[in-house]
Amino acid sequence: MREASRDRLKAFLTLLPSIILIAVFVYGFIGNTIWISMTDWGGSGALAFDPQKNFIGLDNYVDLFNGFLSAGFRQDLVNAVYYSLMLLAGAIGLGMFIAILLDQKPKGEDVLRTIFLYPMSLSFIVSGTIWRWLLAPQGGVNVLPTYFGFDALDFQWTSSTKAILEFNWQNILQILIYIAAFILILVGLFLLKGDPQKAVKRWLGPGVVVGAFAWLGGSLLPQALFMEEMHGFNLATLGIIIATVWQYAGYTMALYLAGFNGISQDLRDAAMLDGASSTNYYRYVAIPMLKPITISAVIILSHISLKMFDIIFAMTGPDNAQTGHPALNMYMTTFRANDFARGAAIAIVLFLVAGTFIVPYVISQYKQRRKG
Amino acid sequence: MKQSLIKLCLVFAAVMLLAVPQVSQANELKGDLEIFSWWAGDEGPALQALIGLYKGQHPNVNVIDATVSGGSGVNAKAVLKTRMLGGEPPDSFQVHAGQELIGTWVKSDRMEDLTFLFKEEGWMDAFPKGLVKLIGTDKGIWSVPVNIHRSNVMWYIPANLKKWGVEAPKNWNDFLKIAPKLQKEGITPLAMGANWTATHLWESVVIASIGAEKWNDLWSGKMKFDNPEMIKAWELFGKILPYTNTDAASLSWQQATDMVIDGRAAFNIMGDWAAGYMETTKKMVPGKDFAWLASPETEGVFIFLADSFGLPKGAPNRDNAIAWLKLLGSKKGSDTFNPLKGSISARTDTDLSKYNIYLQSAAKDFAKDAVAASLIHGAAANETFMGGFAQVMEMFLKTKNAKATAMASQQLANKAQIGK
Repeated sequence: MREASRDRLKAFLTLLPSIILIAVFVYGFIGNTIWISMTDWGGSGALAFDPQKNFIGLDNYVDLFNGFLSAGFRQDLVNAVYYSLMLLAGAIGLGMFIAILLDQKPKGEDVLRTIFLYPMSLSFIVSGTIWRWLLAPQGGVNVLPTYFGFDALDFQWTSSTKAILEFNWQNILQILIYIAAFILILVGLFLLKGDPQKAVKRWLGPGVVVGAFAWLGGSLLPQALFMEEMHGFNLATLGIIIATVWQYAGYTMALYLAGFNGISQDLRDAAMLDGASSTNYYRYVAIPMLKPITISAVIILSHISLKMFDIIFAMTGPDNAQTGHPALNMYMTTFRANDFARGAAIAIVLFLVAGTFIVPYVISQYKQRRKG
Repeated sequence: MKQSLIKLCLVFAAVMLLAVPQVSQANELKGDLEIFSWWAGDEGPALQALIGLYKGQHPNVNVIDATVSGGSGVNAKAVLKTRMLGGEPPDSFQVHAGQELIGTWVKSDRMEDLTFLFKEEGWMDAFPKGLVKLIGTDKGIWSVPVNIHRSNVMWYIPANLKKWGVEAPKNWNDFLKIAPKLQKEGITPLAMGANWTATHLWESVVIASIGAEKWNDLWSGKMKFDNPEMIKAWELFGKILPYTNTDAASLSWQQATDMVIDGRAAFNIMGDWAAGYMETTKKMVPGKDFAWLASPETEGVFIFLADSFGLPKGAPNRDNAIAWLKLLGSKKGSDTFNPLKGSISARTDTDLSKYNIYLQSAAKDFAKDAVAASLIHGAAANETFMGGFAQVMEMFLKTKNAKATAMASQQLANKAQIGK
């Protein structure tokens, strides 16, 4: 007993330095950023040895989502959502596809694996510069067809000013409720086969009610702004999305390939013996088994997409509404406009968005551990 | 316990004594000198020439050339900020003369007053009175100007214009007449680069629209940013934009100038560092291979900006930095640096024979023209306004809504306390 408690003390003492460091440099600084985001630290004199900071509560946040001058931030936030969705779909889809192909053990698998993984070893600033040249409107990809005798393309990969799927920020609440209703109904339809009663009660019913409310009672919802403000999926972000998917597809490929290799050959043989085709094997056996890998890929990629900075800086520069990102905006607000409080508020918004990706994962892990 | 504390203090004091450099003689400067600037690319040779001159005077000083690249100092300023806030200032740093310095570093009480240097060296008479006023406040003079640049210059290649059968436009109406014709032939009428060059173009257009006097009223708070004349100026700007290149966002200013040199574009409005670029880097002859005019309808207005160096409080090698500032303000230093950089000297007694034809013409204009402060290059407004204005500009480039943009700029001006 005494031996055990001494061991425990030793373990505690060994961990103590890192506990203190993490407490100060991670949680302490997060706390400090939250505090700064609720002050008015900014403007002239912001860089003094002892700058003036007054507590103003949530004003900075209200201004970010509601202020006339913060349209840029809102566009960046919309961009970030599209960046995340497209990066997740692109990198996981492409990575999984390549992994399945490599799982067939083609000739020269090792070489191919290295080739696909190679982009990971480049820094974003390098690959961003390369892709900027490749996607220049008068060069690179656009002149490719001329080598085969076709006309050159004139797509503005990174400088297009067109946007699709535009919506009015004023109606953001209504749109969010529509999306929630859509997801509820979708899940309900998906579960309808298995347990119709539960599906209708828990998912379909509420989905229809919520959707109907958004449709009929939409005008009851508060308006976010006094004027229209259109945001959408900017086509100029396509160039950046292509570059990021290129960089991270190899990484997800490596994750999936390791997973596929971990599935025992017996299982595969058994599936084949039962008459499963190759497609069915992956669809019903292999990919469901790799759910933990998919989840970790989603989490890693989603927080990368929320931190996107250098690749955008290298490809389209710091001031570009079409391809902006909250992380860039935060940097420019803090270090160019000297508006430290607002910069901190943007940082906290990003932190909360990242939290919505990671907290569900942590909870599910915790639950699993308790069960196990 | 107490004794050991005293011992510790003693050791500490001894270390401090050793670390403090010996008081250096005026002629025998030693140690380091860290110069922080954003003159990395084509402006590098001019800075190197100055450093060479300094090394000739003070061979024992180790000059550290800390340049951070990026047009208009966009990256350098951020690096500088983290260093200053971290208590690690460089010995001397480049800054745009005017509100950018005063609104940021002087207001924060982080600069040393250089009035003594101006008196010692007789610079009070060497620099134009108006300029000294601009770099100073009622509390002192804060930086040594090294050069004067003009921002409202339109560059073109005469041979190309002849080939296309057009003439350089004197006003924006003329431009809007010839632009569609050029565009039909596949030539970009006006080359533009990344966001800050759009703001650069904007200030020329606004001054063409409202005049230099009202422009200065904007910054002193006498005129509002959302008044009808400003909305009209934004509308004019919106009419010009369709005749710029669509890939502007991904180009640097050099690449935009290259478009004119290669004959892909007809005109480019850029500061006169473009002359330095074309002459020094591209080996073109001013007046023959390339030509210039004041940007349309700004004849007689000199939109000016100046680079200057200041002395931050707590500079580690103060004496070396002062020697550097003395060199920058001297006639010799100024006339070594400016012809290479493609700018004119801030001094009134400059030796014009050392400068090329373009710079001679610019110096003449500077002496007689109405002077307006450049916004994008830090002379007109503080950093709060400039940082926010980049977003306002983006808003306009996207929506082309003149009225909303004018309103947004007025809100920004309130926030940045312009004219207060």
